[in-house]
Amino acid sequence: MAKKVARTTDSEPNLAPPVPTPAEVAALAVCARHGNKPSELMEILHELQHQVGYIPEHVLPVLARALNLSRAEVHGVVTFYHDFRREPPGRHVIKICRAEACQSMGTEQLCQHAERKLGAPLGTTSKDGAYSVEAVYCLGNCALSPAILIGDKLYGKVDPKRFDDIVAGLNKETAA
Amino acid sequence: MITIYVPRDAAALSVGADEVAAAIVSEAKKQKKDVKIVRNGSRGMLFLEPLVEVETAKGRVAYGPVAPSDVPALFKAGLLEGKAHKLSHGLTEEIPYFKSQERLTFIRCGITDPLSIEDYRKHGGFEGLTKALAMKGSEIVEQVTTSGLRGRGGAGFPTGIKWKTVLDLKAEQKYIACNADEGDSGTFADRMLMEGDPYCLIEGMTIAAIAVGATQGYIYVRSEYPHAIAILKEAIALATTSNWLGDNIQGSGKNFELHVRTGAGAYICGEETSMLESIEGKRGIVRFKPPIPAIEGLFGKPTIINNVMSLAAVPIIIAKGGEFYRDYGVGRSRGTLAFQIAGNVKQGGLVEKAFGVTTRQLIEDWGGGTATGRPVRAVQIGGPLGAYLPPSKFDVPMDYEEFTKVDAMVGHGGLVVFDDTVDMAKMARFAMEFCAIESCGKCTPCRIGSTRGVEVIDRIIADQDRDKNLELLEDLCVTMADGSLCAMGGLTPMPVMSAVRHFPDDFHKPAPNKFLAEAAE
Repeated sequence: MAKKVARTTDSEPNLAPPVPTPAEVAALAVCARHGNKPSELMEILHELQHQVGYIPEHVLPVLARALNLSRAEVHGVVTFYHDFRREPPGRHVIKICRAEACQSMGTEQLCQHAERKLGAPLGTTSKDGAYSVEAVYCLGNCALSPAILIGDKLYGKVDPKRFDDIVAGLNKETAA
Repeated sequence: MITIYVPRDAAALSVGADEVAAAIVSEAKKQKKDVKIVRNGSRGMLFLEPLVEVETAKGRVAYGPVAPSDVPALFKAGLLEGKAHKLSHGLTEEIPYFKSQERLTFIRCGITDPLSIEDYRKHGGFEGLTKALAMKGSEIVEQVTTSGLRGRGGAGFPTGIKWKTVLDLKAEQKYIACNADEGDSGTFADRMLMEGDPYCLIEGMTIAAIAVGATQGYIYVRSEYPHAIAILKEAIALATTSNWLGDNIQGSGKNFELHVRTGAGAYICGEETSMLESIEGKRGIVRFKPPIPAIEGLFGKPTIINNVMSLAAVPIIIAKGGEFYRDYGVGRSRGTLAFQIAGNVKQGGLVEKAFGVTTRQLIEDWGGGTATGRPVRAVQIGGPLGAYLPPSKFDVPMDYEEFTKVDAMVGHGGLVVFDDTVDMAKMARFAMEFCAIESCGKCTPCRIGSTRGVEVIDRIIADQDRDKNLELLEDLCVTMADGSLCAMGGLTPMPVMSAVRHFPDDFHKPAPNKFLAEAAE
């Protein structure tokens, strides 16, 4: 069902200041914690994404104003780095390494298996919103390849069977 | 009380070290045994992780790889007394893989509790810094120059010369920036050191700061290393509390403040000027050089930028003198390098050896051949921008100059092993694809050349005008190598052309037969 959007007409102008969204409130607080210094933008974005899950478009001008940057500069940084997401991620973010060392141990097959199993091609989120699957290039676990990272938890020697066990473990966690 | 070591290194955790530690605690409780668990760094024998060690009268006894389900049987066999079991390897220090190494930078890694300052000092920690605090800046730089230390990030620039440039400049603010954006596949030495012996890096950076008169430092760590980031932040806080960082370090009147900056998944930020932009909170776009960062670096001020491995070598150089370090190695490659044996290899891990060791020794003697048991076909050395070498080149000694002679590079010392199932045309294509994904976009040869490179290789693989396209590929590679602003576009041709040169068969396969392919479907 489509959400109804409240509209103001000319006869009844909406003079109340817009209520800041929770993400905007969070953005201002994070900037303040970093002394509103523009050089801290990377740390600010990381913290904000940690709290909100992603960097919503509408917080960019808020960040820009707080840090005395142009909106274009903030947009430039957010879009340059692979880490910063502009859409909410799935409940579990699964990063699969597809760099050379993991390729030598069959990460291509693992990627295909993961895409099939979770119903989400690399770089997308599954329809039920449970998983975001992403390719990364090196997790620094190259002697125990292939490696995957889920949240902050690293797994080594992941073959399709172990992948399924790990995903089953995630589901159990979510259910509990 | 019996002390048991279970690593907290990310690689060990990735194969269940936390679960093993928990199983040991619960089994000890069940048997009413008094054990103390120390979460150490990794010894670097990653094929044995999780590697559990038990302190005995004779020394530490190793067991690995231990699964949580092995723990009850290990206790039954006499784990706490260091008794035999099929997972036992005897005394850790006597394991040939470990014993045959020359550990200078990794001297404490895996031995101490990474966050215990007391442990660190007991094993020679802060000796270098204590000495440095009583030395003149120029004397410290002289020791580093004498040691022959060259940039361990891959470029191999003499560290002493870089330091001297910054020392000789007058500025109200200077910086030390540590490049911990270890993005190269097949490398994990930086991560292992930051997680296993963080004070060593902190000490190295503080010595650099005292030498050149810097008071602020940054460690730029990639976001793919959450464990390293957490340990570093904790270690910096503890070092500050105990006055090994911060104001008036150990009453010397010298100040040094250290910050951790987190990357955000951009490979290019391992390039030094791109890293500076990123620390400043900007897009990681490469800067023109000159000016070199030593003169105009972070926030426009003189800056020493060194790799983790370069800075972590400094404490022992100052503690034992430049000559001690210089006595290791060959030719103009002095000291040791932490080689990382990775990919399709039976015994992957970290091997710190003096320069001069060969690829064959590393992958056969230490690595034990491929994990799949098939013959080795290629090894990529020095990360995704390094050359693919065939077995005929495996006897070239690890030495910056010797490797240049065979159009390859030692780089950061990472070796990625491939067995005979590898398709080198695919790997060449991947090198171009990776460059297209990770290029910062500032210069044309890298930004556009990489995309055109993928297309040309696709045509070669599909057997369209193969000879002409191979010629075109070579031409494109020359343009990228000569015309790119930094090593990203400049070195991408290295894996590509080495694959073409050393593995021509993969680029001259008969045309795929569409009819047969469809029939097979």
